[in-house]
Amino acid sequence: MSEDPSIPSSSSSQMSEDDDRSPPLDLIDGPIPSSKSRNCSGVSGSGVGTSVENTVPYPDQVLENVLENVLCFLTSRRDRSSASLVCKSWYRAEALTRSELFIGNCYAVSPRRATARFTRVRAVTIKGKPRFADFNLMPANWGAHLAPWVSSMAKAYPWLEKLCLKRMSVTDDDLALLAESFAGFKELVLVCCDGFGTSGLAVVVSKCRQLRVLDLTETEVMDDDVDWICCFPESQTFLESLMFDCVECHINFEALEKLVARSPSLKKLRLNRHVSIGQLYRLMVRAPQLTHLGTGSFNLSEGMAQGDQELDYVSAFAACKSLVCLSGFREILLDYIPAIYPVCSNLTSLNLSYANITAEQLKPVISQCHKLQSFWVLDSICDEGLKAVATTCKELRELRVFPVNAQEDAEGPVSEVGLEAISEGCRKLRSILYFCQRMTNAAVIAMSKNCSELVVFRLCIMGRRRPDHVTGEPMDEGFGAIVMNCKKLTRLAVSGLLTDRAFSYIGKYGKLVRTLSVAFAGDSDLGLKYVLEGCHKLQKLEIRDSPFGDTALCSGLHHYYNMRFLWMSSCSLTRQGCWAIARELPRLVVEVMKSNEGEEEGDNFDTLYMYRSLEGPRDDIPQFVEILRPGI
Amino acid sequence: MESKAHEKDLNLKATELTLGLPGRDEIIELPNQNKKRGLPVDSKNEEGSTDAKNAQKETPPAKAQMVGWPPIRSYRKNSLQANKNAEGETATGIYVKVSMDGAPYLRKIDLKVYKCYPELLKALEVMFKFTIGQYSEREGYKGSEYAPTYKDKDGDWMLVGDVPWDMFMSSCKKLRIMKGSEARGLGCDV
Repeated sequence: MSEDPSIPSSSSSQMSEDDDRSPPLDLIDGPIPSSKSRNCSGVSGSGVGTSVENTVPYPDQVLENVLENVLCFLTSRRDRSSASLVCKSWYRAEALTRSELFIGNCYAVSPRRATARFTRVRAVTIKGKPRFADFNLMPANWGAHLAPWVSSMAKAYPWLEKLCLKRMSVTDDDLALLAESFAGFKELVLVCCDGFGTSGLAVVVSKCRQLRVLDLTETEVMDDDVDWICCFPESQTFLESLMFDCVECHINFEALEKLVARSPSLKKLRLNRHVSIGQLYRLMVRAPQLTHLGTGSFNLSEGMAQGDQELDYVSAFAACKSLVCLSGFREILLDYIPAIYPVCSNLTSLNLSYANITAEQLKPVISQCHKLQSFWVLDSICDEGLKAVATTCKELRELRVFPVNAQEDAEGPVSEVGLEAISEGCRKLRSILYFCQRMTNAAVIAMSKNCSELVVFRLCIMGRRRPDHVTGEPMDEGFGAIVMNCKKLTRLAVSGLLTDRAFSYIGKYGKLVRTLSVAFAGDSDLGLKYVLEGCHKLQKLEIRDSPFGDTALCSGLHHYYNMRFLWMSSCSLTRQGCWAIARELPRLVVEVMKSNEGEEEGDNFDTLYMYRSLEGPRDDIPQFVEILRPGI
Repeated sequence: MESKAHEKDLNLKATELTLGLPGRDEIIELPNQNKKRGLPVDSKNEEGSTDAKNAQKETPPAKAQMVGWPPIRSYRKNSLQANKNAEGETATGIYVKVSMDGAPYLRKIDLKVYKCYPELLKALEVMFKFTIGQYSEREGYKGSEYAPTYKDKDGDWMLVGDVPWDMFMSSCKKLRIMKGSEARGLGCDV
């Protein structure tokens, strides 16, 4: 389904839709599925396959021109969707004026169909694999290939300027085709992608002469021994943003320095960990206009000792008067932390999630960060560090606490104490991701009451099925309070010991929830049933290792066409259960797969992944995927 | 099922593993697991390999690592691992070029990332999108037209898997995935 785009913001590097109010109602240009209740009053012969044709003569050309000019100003996906449903002429006008195309699931619509309908697109966003693929729950080569998209767009959109991809498989050949096909190409944003190497980057940077943005976030780039930084054009560039912190290859620093020197518009620069602090210094003095900086290793280069070359790092940072977003610190040398003091009071975003630092080491930094809105950190700072955050960061909107030690049975340095402190101090919090080993309902309830603006609540108690460690109770009441009290909540991830009761709360109160992640939770089919029957806005549901079976699966039949996808792995489903769905809902693609490629054929499977699609079964399935197709 | 002297080497048993499905608290065993104890492998290093094949625990009562749990991307896990290494030692990788007959692009990989042949071969399969056949000492790689080979310190081209893993790590200079008759020829040389 092609959804209306909000402006694809390449600055929002996670491409999260949690802040986007796009409608669950997606646009289709085929027959409406019967499950959808749509008020069609006032619609005359809209493009929905009805046979009642509009008997009014062809609309006034003037009116259409006016319409097109007005529709240009409509940018939100929801608004465009509504506009296109008014009548055929609005549908046409909207299609002609849509310049930003958002494809939430690359298999829901084909490139041919999308490009046939929207002919004047300048910016495209495509999302591929489901999120659980990030955690190795799906073998490689599942799909989400960029190739068919880029080859369609090469013909249909010669004026394409922006491409944003998330969890897509991109090859060097795809990048080469992109570079050749789009003369005015300006922005490439790749989030959680893989499949290409530095050769592909080299082609893009050398041929895309108008390139403004090259952002690689958590994307795997293979090392082809190609010096891609050298491949930028020799003249001044238009570069505004260059983010390659996830590229694990050595780069040619001299070439990078010259590149920065000839990129006067550069505002965002994120370096990889092969850039030392000395090299960082050299870049910073050339680019004091930076607003976003990823510092690289923040350590000395190999073989150098401290004192060999004492540069004035403090001045370099002080000169960056516009710096608002700081990250990196991949191999942080603690002695150099004070260098960042001059910028702390201006920072709105700070990412220390690769820096293993203690509370004491954090305090001098965080105590100056009064304007901080986004903070990513490791749990090495302990509850005490979180208290320090709560004391100073009154403007905090987003917090992510990652574990240093991502193991179930480890000691947990953060707990309910830290969570409660944050809830007391950071009342404007909208989004939290918190990894811990122990938690209490009381703390979660406190957060639900103190942080009424919460939109995203993701709590990961790393020990599976762990109860409230003080009362021994399940975590039902805590999560229940979150859905009850946080009226704006759209994204929820649950953990710990949870009974069906927790899900009854979610179904009853989670009326705005669009994304739900469940792992090792629930008692019976009832749990899933509550959610599918209660959460009317649910779009993305990912479940692993929970005792939900065929009956529960069937209870969602009325809703699956409204969803982007359902993922269920290691649950209690059977093949028959999945077949029942496939038969009932022909517009759903029902994939069953094994988690390991080498496994033999057999009746059992590990994962169900199903999604609505206009295209039917895809033709690029790997050997470990089977699509259940009724009536073949 | 008897064993070669070195547990990281290829043997039929290793490639025939039937894995527990994710979600089960199984202790995944590799043959000759006990031999591993002699090596200075920090059990925390296992986090980096999220494949269930490599989930091992030193003491039986501990649970095996669950695939994909906790939900941290391997990129992040590996980055933190790199940090730990950087603190203590000079952790330089062992970078070798990998070419494949017929493929236009070379790759470079860090051998240190892999702990045994199956891991390395799996990574190559994914990287170059092909399948490696079944290894046997006598016949090399059967079942596919590709064979992974490497150039050693003496400049000789050897079949990957013929020597113990540690010896391979220290002598491998370059990797080449051969195709066709050349590959088959090499297989019989052992």
